[in-house]
Amino acid sequence: MPVTVAPPSLLQNWKRHLLVFLAVLGPGFITAMVDNDSGGILTYSQAGARWGYLPLWTLAPITLALIVSQEMCSRMGAITGKGLSDLIREEFGLRITFGIMALLVLANLTNVVAEFAGVAISLDLFGVSKFISVPLVAAFVWFLAVKGNYARVEKIFLFACSIFVVYIIAGILIKPDWKQAMIYSVKPKLMLNAEYITMLIAMVGTTIAPWMQFYQQSAVVEKGITAKEYPESRIEVIVGCILTSVIAFFIIVACAGAYRDHPTNIDSAKEAALALKPFAQYAFLLFSAGLLNASVFAACILPLSTAYSVCEGMGFESGVNKRWGEAKIFYWLYTLLIVVSALIVIAPGFMMVKMILLSQVLNGMLLPFILIFMILLINKKGLMKEWINPPAYNFIAWATVIIVIGMTVALTGITIRNP
Amino acid sequence: MTAETFELLYFTELAGLPVFDLKHRRIGHVRDAAIVPLIHPSRVDRFLVGAGASWLSIRYDQIASISLKGIQLSNERLYPYHSDEYMLRIKRDLLDQQIIDVNGRKVVRVNDVTFEVRRDERESLSILEVDVGVRSIFRRLMQGAMPSRMVRRLQSSIPPNSIRWDFCNIVEADPQRRLRLNISHDKLETLHPADLADIVEELSPADREAIIGTIDSEVAAEALSEIDPKMQAAILENLEPEVAADIVDEMAPDQAADALGELEDETSAEILEEMEIEPVSEVKELLEYDEDTAGGMMNTEAIVLTGDTTLAEAMQQLRKHEDLLENTHVLFLSDASGRVTAQVPLARLFLADGSTQLKELTSERLISTKPGETQKRVTELFDKYNLLALPVLEDDGSLAGVITADDVISVLRKK
Repeated sequence: MPVTVAPPSLLQNWKRHLLVFLAVLGPGFITAMVDNDSGGILTYSQAGARWGYLPLWTLAPITLALIVSQEMCSRMGAITGKGLSDLIREEFGLRITFGIMALLVLANLTNVVAEFAGVAISLDLFGVSKFISVPLVAAFVWFLAVKGNYARVEKIFLFACSIFVVYIIAGILIKPDWKQAMIYSVKPKLMLNAEYITMLIAMVGTTIAPWMQFYQQSAVVEKGITAKEYPESRIEVIVGCILTSVIAFFIIVACAGAYRDHPTNIDSAKEAALALKPFAQYAFLLFSAGLLNASVFAACILPLSTAYSVCEGMGFESGVNKRWGEAKIFYWLYTLLIVVSALIVIAPGFMMVKMILLSQVLNGMLLPFILIFMILLINKKGLMKEWINPPAYNFIAWATVIIVIGMTVALTGITIRNP
Repeated sequence: MTAETFELLYFTELAGLPVFDLKHRRIGHVRDAAIVPLIHPSRVDRFLVGAGASWLSIRYDQIASISLKGIQLSNERLYPYHSDEYMLRIKRDLLDQQIIDVNGRKVVRVNDVTFEVRRDERESLSILEVDVGVRSIFRRLMQGAMPSRMVRRLQSSIPPNSIRWDFCNIVEADPQRRLRLNISHDKLETLHPADLADIVEELSPADREAIIGTIDSEVAAEALSEIDPKMQAAILENLEPEVAADIVDEMAPDQAADALGELEDETSAEILEEMEIEPVSEVKELLEYDEDTAGGMMNTEAIVLTGDTTLAEAMQQLRKHEDLLENTHVLFLSDASGRVTAQVPLARLFLADGSTQLKELTSERLISTKPGETQKRVTELFDKYNLLALPVLEDDGSLAGVITADDVISVLRKK
């Protein structure tokens, strides 16, 4: 007997969309929030402090590229039900997977270093030595994922991310030159200056980091989002990406405002915290709390997501529900990422802020390699069926690849010519 | 130079081997190899050889010898390769893909394939094992970068990790291809449903549906009951309604109701439509209850007898309901009006003799609850009275259903 269903009214339709949206909420938002980790905060701060409003124009294209790349990952996850490293392995074989995984481990090692450096400098503002803060946080992060209940803590981290609102308030209170800010938001400014290009690559790398592609796709798969809920999931991705960039915008504006009279390179947490000076004596506290939360949050996600991606791609057993003996490589990789990063950060003479910024440059340089494989994958009809990339997406994604590679080549050229 | 004898050949070594014709001219290199499962489950039936721009297909009986130096043909009749649907190609279909290790009860990714070299009147290859783990990764990465023999020597220090071909279950989502390649999921039916559930959870949605939809519906039902309800719903939703209905038929009514409750009304109506009459009414009844109440936790299948039933008669009744035994811990006694008045723990039946009436064997008091009771309170009752089963009674005292300890454990695990 056929079942007759009355066509849903517009209101019902909206209600359904809202319900599905709430059900798929998570992957995009978490990725967006972790995107503003210690690397993000310091890169944007440096951009504003050193170059004022100049770099603002990059945010619009970067956001567009971010949306496209994140949307591609979510779509691949929803349609194939497989992670990015799984797909790379199945479609391109073991050697290429091995190469990509090596790049990912390298990029993420520097990211975890940046997170622990973020922990070190944020607590250093209160006189806590890095020899105490870093090992403690490293141990906390390790235990949380392996023995603890990460899922519960994740909500606390996410909630604590609302502290970023202080940047929006500071950005407004600091009375920036809105006219100039608006002009530079849309007026591209290119300079063949090594420092400037380095900063541009870092901004791309910190906003569209390689790890996010793997994390986002796995999160969509984990959440069980399928083609049916995909439209709502896409909205979540877009909202998340825009949120990331709004925060980035205000960090740059706040820093540009704070340093408007004497542009400077940021070398310490104190200088970065100056962006929050409208909060007077609370500036350090707020900056430190925001940076600490962002760093620990990302430090929880990055090593774990790296270990998962690598083990999935290479076919090793993975999962925190497995015992150490069952998933040796997974646990070793996870543990080593944390231990090695922590050791690097507590090494004497480690230049925190400089290294955080450099790690983001490296992320930016490695991004095109990941993007190329994503584009190749998502255009495979056998894999994606009618969900292959529309031409506009391909255009934006390829443009991102070419521009970032172009900037890397330009930077290398300039550095070689003027050593 | 004479070819040295060896028993094993890896696919990484086979791929790229030169192929020589009768006059020892090199005609090309091995690109892929294929088995034709309908003919033989493990023998390499075809070698696909790249010669210039085109591929040749060479049958196993056209080969004289196989060595690390190359393959020597015994026959000159060569045919161009045109895609053959009956072939399971090693490089294309097996390498780098996920398969199920039935013996180890897990999903693994294929790094390499080990062949046994058979030497009868001709030399042929037969799949012996599928290689996973570090050793085969090392082999794949190094092949071509150094001579095969050196790779073999270096890898010997890494412990091997392989799965016998008999224990491998290939997952194929396309039903027609599954038939052509003679792939069955029968081996999976021997697994414990909980292990099968773990495996299914690790696969992609298409593969999940392929497995649950093709294995015996009773095994599928048991495995499905162990899977997270959201995923259950996603799987059922994408199966044909008749197939889904067959599976839901076999599930315990409470679990069937949980699974259907996660589905959209339209889909669950379609499945209910296809189900058999008896389970459907129970499931529909259970769907009425809120998931977080005793009604949502309970199962409607229980054995209710009257107090004057003798033990011998009771045993007969039990034999009739053999399918219920696994989850039956107590018998319920009712009076003439259908009100449940007492319960008899099953274990007591063993100690009494055949003429004893059940009412003499009852527990001291009957702990019961109502369908609307909250999950939390039900859990407390189980804890407080150390229950194995808790009857859920309607307002008129008749039995609505029974909650068993495993239902409570599931609820607690979810928190």
